[in-house]
Order: sequence, then C-alpha cells, then structure tokens
Amino acid sequence: MVVGEEVGKFLALRLASGALVVLFTSALTFFFVNLAPGGPSSIMNMTATPEQREALVRAMGLDRPVAERYVTWLGGVVRGDLGTSLTSDQPVAALIGERLPNTLTLAGAALGLSCLVGIPMGILQALRRNTWLDHLLSLLSAIGLAVPVFWLGIVLILVFAVSLHVLPSAGLTSVSDGSLGDRLAHLVLPTLALATTILPTVVRFMRSSLLEVLGAEYMRTAQAKGLAARVVLGRHGLPNALIPVLSAVGALVPRLLGGTVVTEAVFGWPGMGRLALDAANGRDYPLVTGIAVVVAAIAVATTVVVDLAYTRLDPRVRLS
Amino acid sequence: MTRVGRVALVTLALVTLFAFALPLVWTIAPEATDPAHRLADPTSVHPLGTDELGRDVLSRLARGGQATLVVGVAAMLTALLLGVLVGGAAGFYGGWTDGVLMRLTDAMLAIPGFFLVLVVVTVMGSDLFTLVLVIGGLSWMPVARVAYGETLRWKAADFVLAAESLGAAPLRILARHVLPQAVPVLVVSATLGVAYAILTESAISYLGLGVQPPTPSWGNMLQRAQQYLFTAPVLAFYPGVAIVIVVLAFNFAGDGLRDLLDPRSRNRA
Repeated sequence: MVVGEEVGKFLALRLASGALVVLFTSALTFFFVNLAPGGPSSIMNMTATPEQREALVRAMGLDRPVAERYVTWLGGVVRGDLGTSLTSDQPVAALIGERLPNTLTLAGAALGLSCLVGIPMGILQALRRNTWLDHLLSLLSAIGLAVPVFWLGIVLILVFAVSLHVLPSAGLTSVSDGSLGDRLAHLVLPTLALATTILPTVVRFMRSSLLEVLGAEYMRTAQAKGLAARVVLGRHGLPNALIPVLSAVGALVPRLLGGTVVTEAVFGWPGMGRLALDAANGRDYPLVTGIAVVVAAIAVATTVVVDLAYTRLDPRVRLS
Repeated sequence: MTRVGRVALVTLALVTLFAFALPLVWTIAPEATDPAHRLADPTSVHPLGTDELGRDVLSRLARGGQATLVVGVAAMLTALLLGVLVGGAAGFYGGWTDGVLMRLTDAMLAIPGFFLVLVVVTVMGSDLFTLVLVIGGLSWMPVARVAYGETLRWKAADFVLAAESLGAAPLRILARHVLPQAVPVLVVSATLGVAYAILTESAISYLGLGVQPPTPSWGNMLQRAQQYLFTAPVLAFYPGVAIVIVVLAFNFAGDGLRDLLDPRSRNRA
C-alpha cells in the first residue's frame, strides 16, 4: 500500500500547511489590530469616557501584553470562542454562526454557476478556436473581468427589479413569504453578480487547458486508432483537460469569498460580508478579527478539499 | 504591438487627459451644490446633468477619475516595490529566505484579501494614504512570483557569473544585473496590477470606506447613485462605464505589452 501511504502523507502535509495559513492569518490580523496606530489601545488614550474605557479593557484585556493576549485569544479560538462583539455585546462566534449559512449559500451558488457555465463555454471556445464565436466569448470574458461586481449588481437591480419587476432586488426573503421559490428568487441576482468575479477566469483556464490537451500526442493516437471524434474528446480529451481546471477553481475560492463583501452590500444579503462591513463601520475589533480568521479557514479548507480531489483524479500528482 | 493593445494605450491616454486636463477648462467645482437644479437632465450648463445635490456630473466624473487613477497607480507602485523585494530576495538568496518568503506569498494568496481590507480600515480609518498602502499590501503576491521566477532564471546566467567572479557585491548583482532583466515582465504585471487596484479602490469606496466625500471617486459616486436608482438611473451609468473602460484598457494594454516585450508568450494560446 505504498500509494495509500503517500496519499496519507500528502493529506497530512496539506492539512498542516493549511492550518499554518490560518494561524498566520490569525496572528497577522490580531497583531495588526492591536499594534497599528488607531487600534483599540489608542482609543484608550483618546476621548473615551472612563466607563467606555473600562468596558473595553474588560472586553479585550487591554491591560496585558499583546503577545499574552494573542495566546489567550488563540486558545479561545481553538475552543470556538472568538471573543465578544463590542457593538452588540454578543459572542462573535454566535454572530458569525448566524450569518455563515447565508454566505455559504451565496458563494456556493456562484461557484456552481461559474463551473456550470464556465466549463462548457471554455470547451466551446477551445473546439471553435479562432472563430468569431471564440473571439466574441473572449471579449465577453475580458469585459466580465473589468466590470466591478457592485456595478454589475446595480445594473442587474436596475434591469430585473426596477424596470422589469421580475426579480427581487434585496434581502434573503420577502417580508411575508419564506417559501423555497421566494428564497431562490432572491438568490438569483446576487449569484449572477458574484459569479462574474471568477467565471471569466474559469472560462479562460478551461479553454487553454483543453487547447493544450488537444495538441497532445495521445489525442493524435486516439484519433489514429479510428475512434469517433466524440469518444476521443469524451474519453481522452476532457478528463485530462478538466483536472488542472479543478485545481484552478480551488485557487479562485479566496477571490470568490472576497467578492461576497461587496455583493452582500449591494443586495442587502445578510451574510458574513455585511457583518464584516458593519464591524468595520462600528470599529468592532473582535468581530472583524474573528470574521477574517473564519473566512480564511473556509478558504483554506476548500482549497485542501479541492487538492485532495485532485490527487484522487490525477495519479501523477501523488508521485511529485 | 497588437492593434487592441495600441487602442488600449490610446484610450488610457485619453482618459488621463479627461481626468487631469478637463478640470482646467471645465471649471465648475465638483463639490459645488445647486439645490435648485437637483437631478437635472443634461443642459448646456451641465452636459451630463447634475446629481442629487445639484453637483455637475461631468466635473465630478473628471475629478473622480483623478482620485481613481492616482490611487490605482500609487497602489500598483507599492505592490511592485513589495513584490520585487520579496520575490527578488527569495530567488536570489535561496535557502530558508526563499522558503519563508515564498510560503508567505502562498499564504497571502490563500486568504480572501477583501476581509483583510476591512480589518485594516476598522483600525486605521480611511484616507488616501491608507487606501494606497492597503491595496498595495494585499496585491504584491503576483508580482513577487514573477520577480522570483525571473531572478531564479537569470542568476545563473553567464553575465551574472562574470560579475560575480569580478567580485561584485551580491546586492549590486541583484540590482544591476538580475532585476533589470525582469523589467519587461514586471511592466506587464504592473499594468495588469493597476486594473486590479482600480477595481479594488472602487469597491472599497463604494462601500464608503475608501475615498471620502465630498472628494469624488468613481466608486463613491456609485454608492450615492444606488440610492437614486429609481429616480435617476443615469447617475449609476457614467462612473460604472468609466471604470469598465479603464480596467479593460489596462488589461488589454498589459496583454499587448506582453506580446511586445516577452516574445516567448506569443506562441502560447
């Protein structure tokens, strides 16, 4: 079971490096928040009333050295305690837990849409290389990469909600309606907007990956054997072309998650991005730090899962 | 250079001219309000109409372009400096320097940067300087990878070995012999970097955490415009189109420059 052992080793290594990235994020954000000019310690010296100051000291343990506070905070994080929000007095973990499913729904839908639309588009472009269709779709991808998510969101609201009245413009559900259909209707526009953050890149990866495979020797061999074009593409072309695209999609997850902040702001979507935005506006340090760490953990976990899928699909990766 | 690349460069020149030269002749102040003519249709006095406070949209669009372009270019320069330092040092010194710096680069690429923007803004508030630093500080990683690859590629070249054997100091070799070879590819990543920086700036300003009113930027103009979508949808049109044109132009210019400066990439699809 040499291969099994190698996969186990790869898994362990990948998990360890993922954990390190999350640890790095936690240290980066915690020390930045606590040491940068303008952080909570400087509020202490400013115009805060004695009561406010005391509340802050109690909430954040500001009377102790930063390194010691980091260790204490990290110990709490490991046990699921991310501290207490300054603006709402609730546990940060509870606030995040409330919003997390909404963000995951939105990001998952956008990821799914990007793959469902982007992969066929890329395949089509590669098969029709250098035709007017290829050029048109390439231009669309270029425009997609240049359109700000929030502006696309505004345009979508303008067209589908304000002019055509066919889709709702904001929120998770209507006030009086919580049915599945209503929820899905509310999901459409934010998903479309968020998907443009990664869709053009998925298309480009798929196109160039398939073009590379189409030029490979084994494809010529398969053709020379007299296999039908459909079989050559389906059995030999696509499986090989899709593997690198999968890894590329994994690498796009951080960008997708980053896009949720703006998308949720445009569409009033009650997720983590909105929560982080409110935290930034309210100078809620524990909340914004907690969110950054949780989001980093989600991004890293997704990448690890994608990498594992990658090793299952492509035996060559295990050996390198 | 490709035709698309040339068109992109001309577009960028025209936009720069619009943003920096127009305010010299079109002297209506972008902050000047005119309560009697709020949300006005285009007239000869206000060719693009006025916004919700009666401010001239044309003049705000030009001034907003200044803020957007200045922040975009300055953030790109910050990212370029950081990226060249990190990537150059990692490639040139190798060993544990390489290990630490490139793992740091990987880690920064693995976390959603926009949430870190919010962390920084929570602590430091938002002014132009912070905005430039935070965008640059979160977008140097692609530059670092390019600088790293180029340094590795050139540090074993004969002319570098020659300089070494003549007794040149390591830093001198890096700065005078290795990094200059990387300039063409760095120019390409810098051009693409401006596009990224402009998109990021406009998003942060749209959220109200970037360029602060009354100073206009294309991002914060869109924030106000969204509140008047029903009454004056055209307000949301101009700044958005301006951003798309500029970002598209920087991306196409980057691709064009890549074809021009890096002939090896021409053969790739």
